[in-house]
Amino acid sequence: MPDPVRSLALRVNGVPLTVAPGTTVAAAIMMAGAPARRSVSGEPRGPLCGMGICFECRATVDGTPHQRSCQILCAEGMDVRTS
Amino acid sequence: MSEHFDILVVGAGPAGIAAAVSAAAAGKRVGLADDNPAPGGQIWRSGTFQPAAARRWLARLNAAPLVRLQGWRIFDSPQRGTLRAERNSDCRDLCYEQLILATGARERFLPFPGWTLPNVMGAGGLDAMVRGGLPIAGKRVVVAGTGPLLLAVAAHLARRGAKVVAVCEQAPLRRIVPLTAALLGEPAKLLQGIAYGVAARGARFFTGCWPIAVNGREKLESVTLQRNRKHWDVGCDYLACGFHLVPNLELPALLGCRIENGFVVADDLQRTSVADVFCAGEPTGIGGVELALLEGQVAGLAAAGRTAEAEKLARRRKRQGFVHALRTASVLDPQLGKLASDTTIVCRCEDVPFAALREHANWRDAKLHTRCGMGPCQGRICGTAAEFLFGWSAASVQSSIRPPVFPALVSSLGASAKETCQSDGLPSAGASTGSQKEIL
Ligand code: FES
Repeated sequence: MPDPVRSLALRVNGVPLTVAPGTTVAAAIMMAGAPARRSVSGEPRGPLCGMGICFECRATVDGTPHQRSCQILCAEGMDVRTS
Repeated sequence: MSEHFDILVVGAGPAGIAAAVSAAAAGKRVGLADDNPAPGGQIWRSGTFQPAAARRWLARLNAAPLVRLQGWRIFDSPQRGTLRAERNSDCRDLCYEQLILATGARERFLPFPGWTLPNVMGAGGLDAMVRGGLPIAGKRVVVAGTGPLLLAVAAHLARRGAKVVAVCEQAPLRRIVPLTAALLGEPAKLLQGIAYGVAARGARFFTGCWPIAVNGREKLESVTLQRNRKHWDVGCDYLACGFHLVPNLELPALLGCRIENGFVVADDLQRTSVADVFCAGEPTGIGGVELALLEGQVAGLAAAGRTAEAEKLARRRKRQGFVHALRTASVLDPQLGKLASDTTIVCRCEDVPFAALREHANWRDAKLHTRCGMGPCQGRICGTAAEFLFGWSAASVQSSIRPPVFPALVSSLGASAKETCQSDGLPSAGASTGSQKEIL
């Protein structure tokens, strides 16, 4: 049973995921096993720099597209979509 | 909307924290803007293992009467004395009398076949991801590249339970251990111990060794390593690979600070060539935590008008003769510039392959004809690589910096002049209450 205080529930591409507070959205996407995005020629891409520089971790967070997921912390009920 | 500060500090790594705390202690209204979720910068990124200096300075930061603008990203300077920042869909003008730039450094990435596959990350990149909650226990990791981060990252991942199967350092370890010590502000002895610790957990150390290809379909499955003329495959879950550090110069360049040999020029009091703009830490030379803390304090005191104290501290720096080993030591083996094949993507934002770039004379030309560096990262990854791959000068990459220095929302870009400092005349922000305030 996840501890309600020490865990957050969110969805990555509709699939429920439970993470510890302080987890970045990029880490959650990686846990879900999804690439963060597809490149302009369709290659799968995931986080590279982990610090907001490379833009490879872009995902749609709560409806806002192109968010650098490595710089956003997971929040209860968050909806994350990768492309 | 706007916020007014006597002193605005950009970047909440060691240099920025030291600058902000020192300036606030001198009684100034200080703002500390940083684009990460938490202060500490890349080197003190919150996690289980934090050096004593980090805990000490973060505690000082928490106690300091200053305004923390955490999660705010600066993307423009609409006029002198004003930086424009964005957080989520919020846009704000940050106005200052004095500005201290402590924008830190990032990893240099070099292209080789397969480097764009998911789970190939920077060394600091994977480390950041793990500190950001990515489970690493039991995962097989190859740490590769060159520079002071590799050893520290390998040690941290091993302590978190990762199976570090190989640490591949291009340069000799005896040169790298002192650099790692300088970067982290920890004694070299300790680092030596850490290196043995990682080895004792089963990692193999290779020097003069680097990845030449990553194999996999939808993500990394194995990496091909090369040493001397031999190459071999190693199965792994993650490749953590970076080639030393490069300073973040976009904001100093945008403000017109003089940059020489790839670093911001600053005098003894950390003043740049632009009046009222100071710079501290890695942008003035990759010097590690201890130097960054000292430069930050000097900048904070100098900006606050405590010139005598600043000068005294600055002299300590000279007396201690901080070795700027990190600035010059990590010379990249020219062979690293030959790893990309014709089809290897160099510009990851626009998917521009090596062959398309090679035929151009310089960065500007390549940009015009191939769209490299025109994507959202604005050349932060491919421009830095191209400097090394093609010998295109860093200056030309920096001189092509235009606002917005980060992609911003259209609504932020449209913020009109009447919203800037001079015209709205709003009273100053909450620091004057004497207590810390976090803008939410
Ligand atoms: S991983 Fe590079 S911007 Fe997020």
